[in-house]
Amino acid sequence: MDFERKDLLGLEELTEEEIFFILDTAKSFREVLDRPIKKIPTLRGKTVVNLFFEASTRTRMSFELAEKRLNADVLNFSPSNSSVLKGESLQDTVKNILAMKVDCFVVRHSTPGTPHLLAKELPVSIINAGDGAHEHPTQALLDLYTIREARGRIEGLKVLIVGDIAHSRVARSNIWGLNKLRAKVRVCGPSTLMPSMIEKMGVKVFFSLEEALREVDVVMMLRIQKERQNKGLFSSIGEYRDFFSLTEERLKLVKEDILIMHPGPVNWGVELPFRMSENRKSVILNQVTNGIIIRMAILYLLLGRSR
Amino acid sequence: MDEKDIARVLSRLAHEIIEKNKEVDDLILVGIQRRGVPLAERISKLIKEIKGKELPTGSLDITFYRDDLTRIGYHPIIRDTNILVPIDDKKIILVDDVLYTGRTVRASLDALLDFGRPQKIELVVLIDRGHRELPIHPDYVGKNIPTSLEEMVEVRVKELDGRDEVLILKKE
Repeated sequence: MDFERKDLLGLEELTEEEIFFILDTAKSFREVLDRPIKKIPTLRGKTVVNLFFEASTRTRMSFELAEKRLNADVLNFSPSNSSVLKGESLQDTVKNILAMKVDCFVVRHSTPGTPHLLAKELPVSIINAGDGAHEHPTQALLDLYTIREARGRIEGLKVLIVGDIAHSRVARSNIWGLNKLRAKVRVCGPSTLMPSMIEKMGVKVFFSLEEALREVDVVMMLRIQKERQNKGLFSSIGEYRDFFSLTEERLKLVKEDILIMHPGPVNWGVELPFRMSENRKSVILNQVTNGIIIRMAILYLLLGRSR
Repeated sequence: MDEKDIARVLSRLAHEIIEKNKEVDDLILVGIQRRGVPLAERISKLIKEIKGKELPTGSLDITFYRDDLTRIGYHPIIRDTNILVPIDDKKIILVDDVLYTGRTVRASLDALLDFGRPQKIELVVLIDRGHRELPIHPDYVGKNIPTSLEEMVEVRVKELDGRDEVLILKKE
């Protein structure tokens, strides 16, 4: 097969075959990161615009590094120092940048569907870097890559996602991806942060972390977004920690070699204990490294051939 | 060419490499994916039989360095690049099956130079079929086969194709 898409918008639309094609392509880029000169000329002459309407450190840096490793020219856009402050609309902003002859937009926006809208309107490639609580496809792909790298497979693994499922684009993209690769997905969190019809996505819902952790191979802890606390969705960080923190006591209940993941940034002492015993298999930093090669693979697949 | 012809040619190439380089201590063999890789391994084995010294071998995939990536309408399969030893100040023997336009070799040189600064790079090819589009010249040639542009030279090797042979085919 080949990867024919113009855009990467979400895991919901990808086939199992396409997901594996992306993971395999990413694997080819791994060796480049260990070279003395960590740069290849693959996207020479292409221009990529990072259009981030929402704050981001890691994802934006990871994209920028991936673009630079491939020798693309990079433009960074953030609304705080742009004409958006003068009231310029999203469409106008993008069309003006497009008139400067660029090849790709990496888009993060708080409104779900923004990248999809742009993909429909524009002739260039759009990569979704997070749209509201909808999807964050490159995060899910790097998570899938990290699981496969550590376990050799994804099919049949029991994967648990813990935290604020309702507001998490990482959860949604991962649920779609994991189900397509035939993992068994569980979700766990406070009932106020659990969408009502979530079972329809093909997951098992738990409200007790102890029960949810039983026989699990992989656990993904989501960041608790402290800004949500003001909305009264959970009473206090302390209470959240009492019920949903992956403490050493709770880890005693699970498989010795459980894979511990977190999309970052971690609230240490909340989702994960300040000090985790050394024999625990945390792959949080592998996720960060793999993020670069997944993004290199996506950029290569979207821009690295004629259309 | 059949299995025997290829074996004889490779043996001659191994001898030529030794003759030209005298000391083989600093040599590293690098095969270009795909069929250059098994050929590099075989030459390494032959040199070991003669000099008793095992040369490091590596593999190089040039997809990321192709000059036509944004002109072709598909994604080429990317194979392993595996260069495990530092190449700074070493002599690299680059190995490929067929030398044609020279563009693969150009890409390989760019790729190699991203791994360090070798003292020297030499080129070995099993077949030189002519029609260069770049000023690239091999240091060791197994066999010169004059071809027309309507022909294809296909090298098959046991490791990947189950048998050793070189065929000249007409393009469909």
